[in-house]
Amino acid sequence: MKIHEYQGKEILRKYGVATPRGIPCFSVDEAVKAAETLGGKVWVVKAQIHAGGRGKGGGVKVAKSKEDVRKLANEILGMTLVTHQTGPEGKVVKRLLIEEGADIRKELYVGMVIDRGSQRVVLMASSEGGMDIEHVAEHTPELIHKVFIDPGTGLTDAEAREISRKIGLPEAAIPEAVAFMKALYLAFWETDASLAEINPLILTGDNHVLALDAKMNFDSNALYRHPEIVAMRDLDEEDVAEIEASKFDLTYISLDGDIACLVNGAGLAMATMDIIKLYGGNPANFLDVGGGATTEKVTEAFKIMLKNDKVKAILVNIFGGIMKCDVIAEGVVSAARQVGLPVPLIVRLEGTNVDLGKKILADSGLPIISATSMADAAEKAVKAAKGK
Amino acid sequence: MSILIDKNSRVIVQGITGKTGAFHTEMSQKYAFGKQCYVGGVTPKKGGTVFLDVPVFNTVAEARAQTGANVSVIYVPPPFAASAIDEAVEAGIEFVICITEGIPVRDMVMTRYKMRGKKTTLLGPNCPGIITPDELKIGIMPGHIHKKGPIGVVSKSGTLTYEAAGQLAEFGLGQSTVVGIGGDPVNGLKHIDVLKMFNDDPQTEAVIMVGEIGGTDEEDAARWVKANMKKPVVGFIAGLTAPPGKRMGHAGAIISGGKGTAAEKIAVMEECGITVSRSPAEMGKTLNSVLKK
Repeated sequence: MKIHEYQGKEILRKYGVATPRGIPCFSVDEAVKAAETLGGKVWVVKAQIHAGGRGKGGGVKVAKSKEDVRKLANEILGMTLVTHQTGPEGKVVKRLLIEEGADIRKELYVGMVIDRGSQRVVLMASSEGGMDIEHVAEHTPELIHKVFIDPGTGLTDAEAREISRKIGLPEAAIPEAVAFMKALYLAFWETDASLAEINPLILTGDNHVLALDAKMNFDSNALYRHPEIVAMRDLDEEDVAEIEASKFDLTYISLDGDIACLVNGAGLAMATMDIIKLYGGNPANFLDVGGGATTEKVTEAFKIMLKNDKVKAILVNIFGGIMKCDVIAEGVVSAARQVGLPVPLIVRLEGTNVDLGKKILADSGLPIISATSMADAAEKAVKAAKGK
Repeated sequence: MSILIDKNSRVIVQGITGKTGAFHTEMSQKYAFGKQCYVGGVTPKKGGTVFLDVPVFNTVAEARAQTGANVSVIYVPPPFAASAIDEAVEAGIEFVICITEGIPVRDMVMTRYKMRGKKTTLLGPNCPGIITPDELKIGIMPGHIHKKGPIGVVSKSGTLTYEAAGQLAEFGLGQSTVVGIGGDPVNGLKHIDVLKMFNDDPQTEAVIMVGEIGGTDEEDAARWVKANMKKPVVGFIAGLTAPPGKRMGHAGAIISGGKGTAAEKIAVMEECGITVSRSPAEMGKTLNSVLKK
């Protein structure tokens, strides 16, 4: 699960991570008032959307007067911000963060993720902050330093000190940097984060260390123990179809093709998308109905797939294991009767009770195109979507 | 021969009285030597009872002492599953299979940390389990699609494994052991570990390795294959069309920071001499043609 920058900073501050002072706002008037409350002479007006690259896209601007704050807030609030992470359609800005200006002497990078190889949290830090870290990793990997944190001891002072020196922080800033990194680790660990990225981490003119930006993602499997983080979820930032699917325990991801697919199992669902592409088509979605699909679930899945008006064919690909093909077939028939079949439906069934499942489909009288294998199904779906 | 389990394994089920645990235990007992291999269950506070014809114990330690179990399978709900693994490790169970999907990653980081230096091997979590056809099934896969034979299968995905077994059957090929390692980012056995076992198993003549986007396990395994594997390996990687930054069903199936793409995995596997099927419908066919070479 993703949250906004201002929410990430709220969490980090609770753990003692130093950040500039700031106030989230939902209107221009609130933004001006926030600048007054913060005081000072320079403010930063920051668009709050769940995507990186906001600065380059024009969503982060510096204001040197309150009139400036009003003008910039007016510009940014409601704008459609397009960044390399939003896709070409962009995202509408509905929230702002007004922050006090900072005296930036140097921009650095600190991030944490779970490292699969070592099965530990890895702290990554670099002297090259404020830019795309993937770019740094590709072109100057020697400038990224790592600590694989022992879960028994946590990040130690010695480790934090060493990496702080490696990224070029001056001695005067080291004690603060050590405290910063230890607090960041604690925040990451205790909130079940999957990503914490401070880019940039800044060194100020008077040797303070601050998180100028904060990006935090969380392990959705652990949200049950963090109601305070669930409360930060912003549904405006998420895909409508994906939210709807999650209510029925379906894993759905919107894609931009025209062949909808309904599959059991995540691996087979991905493979079904792949084989559609292999036969010259494009998948409209990823949809895993899981192992315990019921008629109700299959019906909801059909409704969600058909809400996408780009869809020109539906491909159902089931390899029944514990899930029986007859149950799926009944679900498909009932769904087709309830929501209608505005586009061709191709069904491939295999595995447990396959004959019974095929019979149910055949006896339904519905214009279902049956397929004998995954390849056959993909070929027929691609043809159908092209109107052949 | 087979790897990891056979008809002499003695299995206990953690969470046997739960709905999922009960259902799959019963199905597994009905498969081949299941009746003799499943020797007990563990559910706290239900010790002393009998369920599905096997004795239930309060703790794994007790179950192991009383039944001589060397394998445990876990069907415990996600919030308690990592500590169920810890308990089995502490009790000295040799092989632990965790089926549970949805365990917080932090719990698994702690569990794997505590497993350092212990003799327990872990499979999963978030996996379909393991089957040695005609001998023993531990997990949620349908038994009837598997036949005994010379092909080892190791996969992150359950249904793609069924697909592979189904395709092998068309060529009259059965399996030595089928291992579902699961799709979680922090887990036990990886492709490389299972490939090493298949390499040493006399019954296994060739291996199908099914992977998916996310992480670098497939690349690590491929490099090992190039240097050490004496048997042909055929592969398939799911997710060539998966968009970056999206979790594709499995917790670990995500392309992040440009890493873990299917294209990259396939390239490394092919460099290392693994024949990769581009189509998920041709895993069996590809393996059959490699065997005939």
